[in-house]
Amino acid sequence: MWSYLSKRILLSVMIVFLAILALFITLHSIPGDPVSIALGPRATPEIQAEYAARMHLDKPLYHQFAIFIGNVARGDLGKDLFSNRSVLLILSEQLPFTIILAITAIGWSALIGIPLGCLSAVKPNSIVDRITGILSVGTIAIPSFLVSIWAILIFSVGLKWLPVIGAGEPGDIGDQIYHLILPAFAVGLGWVGYLARMVRASMLEVMSENYIRSAHAFGLKRRTIIFRYALKVAILPTITLIGVGFGALLSGTVFAEIIFSRPGIGKIIYNMVLARNFPVIQGAVLITIGMYVVVTLISDLLVSLLDPRVRDTL
Amino acid sequence: MSEIPFKARLIRLGSRTKKPDRTGVPFEKLILFSRNPMGVFGLILVLIVVISAVFAPIFATHNPFALDIANRLAEPSFDHFFGTDQLGRDTYTRVLYGGRVALQVAAIGVSVSLVIGLTLGMIAGYGPPWLDNILLLVFDAVRSFPTIVLALAAVALLGPSLSLVMTIVIITSIPGYARLARTSTLSLKNTEFILAGQSLGASMKRILLIHIMPNVIGPLLILAAMDVPVVVTIEAGLSFLGLGVQPPTASWGTILNEGYLIIRTTPWIVIAGGIPLILTTLGFTFLGESLRDVFDPRLRKGN
Repeated sequence: MWSYLSKRILLSVMIVFLAILALFITLHSIPGDPVSIALGPRATPEIQAEYAARMHLDKPLYHQFAIFIGNVARGDLGKDLFSNRSVLLILSEQLPFTIILAITAIGWSALIGIPLGCLSAVKPNSIVDRITGILSVGTIAIPSFLVSIWAILIFSVGLKWLPVIGAGEPGDIGDQIYHLILPAFAVGLGWVGYLARMVRASMLEVMSENYIRSAHAFGLKRRTIIFRYALKVAILPTITLIGVGFGALLSGTVFAEIIFSRPGIGKIIYNMVLARNFPVIQGAVLITIGMYVVVTLISDLLVSLLDPRVRDTL
Repeated sequence: MSEIPFKARLIRLGSRTKKPDRTGVPFEKLILFSRNPMGVFGLILVLIVVISAVFAPIFATHNPFALDIANRLAEPSFDHFFGTDQLGRDTYTRVLYGGRVALQVAAIGVSVSLVIGLTLGMIAGYGPPWLDNILLLVFDAVRSFPTIVLALAAVALLGPSLSLVMTIVIITSIPGYARLARTSTLSLKNTEFILAGQSLGASMKRILLIHIMPNVIGPLLILAAMDVPVVVTIEAGLSFLGLGVQPPTASWGTILNEGYLIIRTTPWIVIAGGIPLILTTLGFTFLGESLRDVFDPRLRKGN
């Protein structure tokens, strides 16, 4: 177990390192000299040299990279260009909104998708299975931002049931939940299909295993077999899928936050892109990569904890 | 494979046909495909989208850029099938031309990333283990970037453009193809015919191109069909955010963007911009999935 754990963590650290390296290279390959961009054309050579020294821009690239890594490791993501506030502070204000949206979206889709997948696996080729099959392809195929727009069109503009903009009054839980419904619906809809298909496929495979046949031979109740023995194993690939799909989930929340004007990481990246506020963009990208790596790590460890067979594969 | 009678092969491939047509044996896969209602439906949708995009100038009723301020925000009518936007441009015509942008991005993006991914994947699978490990790590690192976040960061640095959208699409799709090509190459690496080629002194280039590639490319082509919706969605999504195709060029994303701003008064623009997008994604998904079920049922699980 420990060797699996250490290998898996090493892999995540290397992925984060590579991602930071890629980010660093991209930032340094932008056309233009950062000093003259920051100070404008009228700065004297002395001021430029002083600024370059302060920002370590006069050092060789590998040295700059070491400083960059050191700052990131200490949690120093730099300062907002305009307000001069710490980037980490700005992002930590926005992060909870994104996490709540992501968890709500994945939560409701799991509550519907997993039972649907079970139902269609238990009775393959039944009416329920066929309808689920077509619906899941449909929900996967429709882009989540289009779901957001059409949901606004139907539920906010047409029926006037749900609000369009914002995350609700701070402190008013009811209002916040009220504002969460549409974005969470839009982000999660595609996942209903994904989860239903995944659970169906792995459930079908598990149901044909010998030990399930033995359980039938022992005369166990069908319900017991499905829920106690089959689902427990069939759910494992789903956990991996949620881990791997977390990046896609984040892309969904970015669109939902922008379209519904909700605060969050995606919204702040979008606003900062329009304002060309690079330190915040860089910090936000790092945070999203960090979140992705942590989520995949957790899901992999969870699977290896539940299924000892997986540990040998890495 | 050829010893198995046709009927048994049909059953093995999961079809529910009762009376196989003996004369159709060489077209077994085609017959299987034509009996798959989902696949045929997908193919029809894809044909509709492709034809309407290619022949957009013929089907169009107006000039996509012609302003007609007197008729701005007109409701759908016989003259303007989907109404007009805030500048009086005909939405139906713009939707047709938007299809050209979407399919252009899809065609270039998918084919370039297929070629690069195939090459890298075969090298990773056939080459030395250290190279394989490095390439795998790079694929995983690229995959760990949420596409839209990567795209937003790139646009911030380089400014919005169609070629940037394509580059992002290509970079983020390569790992998918590469991983698939790598897995198939690995499983072929120690088969007799490859070993025979090696012992006859064939170069690595020759083995990869002539012996491995034909066996690897099938699943990748199916993945390509299923990748089209992803690419089209990224293009439309970025253009919707104002970070992809720039106005006045018509793209489904920019049409949705313009429609979204006036969604309360003129809902038909976001409906008209969204329908072709859904038809495209549904069509290619149905087509890709049925092709996969017919040609390569093994792919179903690993996805």
